Amino acid sequence: MKYVSEFRDGALIGPTIDEIRRTLTRPWTIMEICGGQTHSIVKNGLDELLPGEIHLVHGPGCPVCVTPLETIDRAVAIASRPEVTFVSFGDMLRVPGSASDLLRVKSAGGDVRVVYSPLDAVRLAQARPDREVVFFGIGFETTAPANAMAIRQAARLGLGNFSMLVSHVLVPPAIEALLGSPDNLVQAFLAAGHVCTVMGWTEYEPIAARHGVPLVVTGFEPLDIVQGTLMAVRQLERGRAEVENQYTRSVRRDGNTAAQAVLREVFEVCDRKWRGIGEIPKSGFRVSERFAAFDAERRFPVSGVTTEEPAICIAGLVLRGQKKPSECPAFGSLCTPERPLGAPMVSSEGACAAYYHYGRYRVAQA
Amino acid sequence: MCLAVPGRIVDIYEVAGLRMGRVDFGGVVKEACLEYVREAEVGEYALIHVGFAIERLDEAEAQQTLRLFQEAGLLAVELGDTGAEGRP
Repeated sequence: MKYVSEFRDGALIGPTIDEIRRTLTRPWTIMEICGGQTHSIVKNGLDELLPGEIHLVHGPGCPVCVTPLETIDRAVAIASRPEVTFVSFGDMLRVPGSASDLLRVKSAGGDVRVVYSPLDAVRLAQARPDREVVFFGIGFETTAPANAMAIRQAARLGLGNFSMLVSHVLVPPAIEALLGSPDNLVQAFLAAGHVCTVMGWTEYEPIAARHGVPLVVTGFEPLDIVQGTLMAVRQLERGRAEVENQYTRSVRRDGNTAAQAVLREVFEVCDRKWRGIGEIPKSGFRVSERFAAFDAERRFPVSGVTTEEPAICIAGLVLRGQKKPSECPAFGSLCTPERPLGAPMVSSEGACAAYYHYGRYRVAQA
Repeated sequence: MCLAVPGRIVDIYEVAGLRMGRVDFGGVVKEACLEYVREAEVGEYALIHVGFAIERLDEAEAQQTLRLFQEAGLLAVELGDTGAEGRP
């Protein structure tokens, strides 16, 4: 068992797709939350293999895409300071701010570095006591435990020159916001398998009950997504609205409780603005009072941030599942991964980037 | 961003008070923090995300998931479906 190739076996997918076809009596709209799932769907053409009655819409589960513009602008301002070594995951460097991006700060001589793990940034702070090392801590619940551990480790090592610009987002409040919107089209969700690996799925049970929507915790390989879709369709056809777990090899009902304990210690829940969507109550993490010394927002106050989005970009509609990337007038012409107008064209998980890389230029048939 | 890749833990040690280990991703070996899977042992598979193991993988559950597909295939044979269009 390698846990990857077995779940990409095309010969096993066909019968499950046939089973979906037999189960269906009408069209259904299902949203996959996570950008990793969006890429798997588009890359493997799963949306085209599934029966036409299944309308898969892509969700806001791309942390790079939903990081608010003012946070990008704040990151650019902090990274431009001469005493700062700004450390980030690679995806963030090209994300457009109002006037600049981190890559441009780097090319203008700023000390901007890309790391694989937030602990690399802690090590950098240890090695360079003469530098202010600031890590850009973004992500969903999947990434939050790693970032929380980096802050805790910096505290344990007594590093006075390490801080984190935190812009964490949380999935369940975003699902609530989508379901509460009057133009919501989504009838069932494929919940994000790795977010639930950390958090479990108990938070989703009241959402399923309150809104009458099935939620299926689903993995990322083609077989996982097809099976998660079948489980969602079975619930829809039978009028059930429960939380089910497709991704059983990784997700337990209570999640990873050791990780959750560190999250509670280092972070606290806050209201958070999502780029393209707006403010969602209690949908983010910020650094808790106890670790305030490691909060880059407090260490480097930035004022006068005024934000401006390009008018033509429909990233907000794409992130809410209202439009497909190929329906955007700028898609593939004014907006490309090399010269992006909106964040979903930048990130390896953005829906626009997925459509661009896998050649989805024509308008998808609903 | 939420990409997490299964890897096999090849050794476990401590660095600066953190439980760390080397993880083999089909030949590429990288270091990962094992603080969140403290009960994991050498030889086990874990899901690795940004240099952190976020969970151990459960082989029995993985086999069970695959078995559901094989059963769907058997059902399809019984119903006379070929499933050929399912090949990506």
